[in-house]
Amino acid sequence: MKSMRPERMIKLAVKNLGQYKLRAGLTMLGIIFGVCSVVAMLSVGEGANQEIQEKIQRMGSQNILIKSVKVPSEDNNKGGRRSLVASYGLTYDDYEELARFVPNLEANTPIKRLRYDVQFKSRRLQTDVVATMPWYLEVQNYRMVRGRFLTTTDMEFGTPVCVIGTRLARMLFAGYDPIGKTLIIDKDAYTVVGIIGDIAQGEIRVQNELWMEGENQTVYIPFKTYQQKRGDLFIQMSEGGGTFEKIELHELILTIDEQENVVRAVDAVRRVLKKNHKKEDYSVVVPLELIRQARETRRLFNIVLGSIAAISLIVGGIGIMNIMLATVSERTREIGIRRALGARRKDIVLQFLMETLILSISGGVIGLVFGAIIPLAITATTDVKTVLTFPAFAVAFTVSVAVSVVFGIYPARRAALMDPIEALRHE
Amino acid sequence: MTEAIVELKSAVKEYVAGSLRVTAMRGIDLRIDRGEYAVIMGSSGSGKSTCLNILGCLDRLTQGTYLLGGQDVSDLNDDELSEIRSMRIGFIFQSYNLIPQLNVLENIQVPLFYQGVTESSAAVKAEELALRMGLQDRLKHKPMELSGGQQQRVAIARSLVCDPILMLADEPTGNLDSKTGQEILELIDELHAEGKTIVMVTHDDDIAHRAQRVVRFMDGEIISNVWNGEPKA
Repeated sequence: MKSMRPERMIKLAVKNLGQYKLRAGLTMLGIIFGVCSVVAMLSVGEGANQEIQEKIQRMGSQNILIKSVKVPSEDNNKGGRRSLVASYGLTYDDYEELARFVPNLEANTPIKRLRYDVQFKSRRLQTDVVATMPWYLEVQNYRMVRGRFLTTTDMEFGTPVCVIGTRLARMLFAGYDPIGKTLIIDKDAYTVVGIIGDIAQGEIRVQNELWMEGENQTVYIPFKTYQQKRGDLFIQMSEGGGTFEKIELHELILTIDEQENVVRAVDAVRRVLKKNHKKEDYSVVVPLELIRQARETRRLFNIVLGSIAAISLIVGGIGIMNIMLATVSERTREIGIRRALGARRKDIVLQFLMETLILSISGGVIGLVFGAIIPLAITATTDVKTVLTFPAFAVAFTVSVAVSVVFGIYPARRAALMDPIEALRHE
Repeated sequence: MTEAIVELKSAVKEYVAGSLRVTAMRGIDLRIDRGEYAVIMGSSGSGKSTCLNILGCLDRLTQGTYLLGGQDVSDLNDDELSEIRSMRIGFIFQSYNLIPQLNVLENIQVPLFYQGVTESSAAVKAEELALRMGLQDRLKHKPMELSGGQQQRVAIARSLVCDPILMLADEPTGNLDSKTGQEILELIDELHAEGKTIVMVTHDDDIAHRAQRVVRFMDGEIISNVWNGEPKA
């Protein structure tokens, strides 16, 4: 069976399109916008997704974070006996019971988190002080820049040493080497033994629940040292005088051995805490659950994006169909001539489909280029993260070409099914 | 005995136009031999255009048979008819029917396009024919840039490009002034002299005189069939 040569068909299609440059350009515009918006949207979406994942991952997907929460203390006033000390939050009992009852527990990290004035020579500022255990470093996945972190010796003997964040080191010790210097934390003297690694500025702020912001400016001291020096009572200064608060532990970080055991461990944690606390004066944050939520959100996001993309691509396809129908009816006579001179229906279908294909492929390629440029420009000019992924390109391109071809088939078939005698008489 | 190029046997063609059933050919028998130059005449509605469409394999008979060069083409499907058109038939139209966006050489090549002939050999053949038609200065021109006579020459070159066994001309001089028309007719005479089989539809008695044979149609039937002025059974 004899048939048209493909390279001649392509040439012919290009030539025919060249006849209607403006029209071809406008038709392509629909596809360009479609592909471009799909790629750009997917990159922005993927960027947002990766950013969230990273933040959550940083909290440790094997960790369960528990935090003391102050609840309005109506109980204290009820009996008419106003208690001087407001006591709430996680306790040492919680700590021990959790250690006993939570399965697959790998590490149990108690934390006291306070705010104090810290002073080096004449420089002073207020910052977070975290009293914790040596394994805090590993649990939080932080790195030391210089010196050492807290050790088991510090833990056992309550030595007055501290580790500081890089930002604090810069702010307080400018011009000095902090290691070996004495830092005054609310009148108590501590020796600086290490500087904890950079936690990129601004990346840590996810939600209020995540209390990791400002770690660069934090002072870390051994849990026992603080306990010995200050006990569990804090003075909370407020208008009209101070109130005492008793909080044994501000935070607990439970580290579970494997990710798949986290869910079971969370159940145990909630059970223990529910038993020990009348009021819910604590909150449990599970990064793994946040990851799941983020994935769920992302799925939803993708569905929305997909629908928008599908609509824009279909609009592009309708544009193609519209133009091709106009082209076919304008070229009725040409179709008649070609049929009379030996073109089979198939040849006519192919001729018009080839034109559609060339329009959509070139539109698609241009769309991909712009679709890549836009996210890059967004990242360059704002701090919004974007990620170009190959699947985004592939999906946008294939779908647009497929849609165009589907919408191109009807006009092409219409052209091919014309009666050649009628078509020759046209005009 | 000469070889029959066209053989219509009891050819019937009916149309449905709206709710009407129109019989355009009422059992026509027609034989045209190789090398004949036949003119078909008749008023409009006589069935001569229908007959030309049938001969050109643009349409199929409702009843009867059509042998083209000895091959029965009555029952071929659309694809097969297309192939017959591209390889065995050359069309010359009243309004030239060139494709506007293609230049002279490209227009001449169109029938070869559908036969899968390579671009280079098609181009060689097209150029050869264009030169023969005296179009050497117009090879890259678009139809719009040509005179009517030149356009018809392109169309004739195109009809010759696949070496057809049958050439069909539908009032080829209808859109031309008499001088140009004369030139075109001389060209057709030349082709006839070379042995081409030609069937031409015309209204013009003067043109009809050039042909060796005149077939007159009326109401879907052949009413006269004259060779060199002599009727023959």
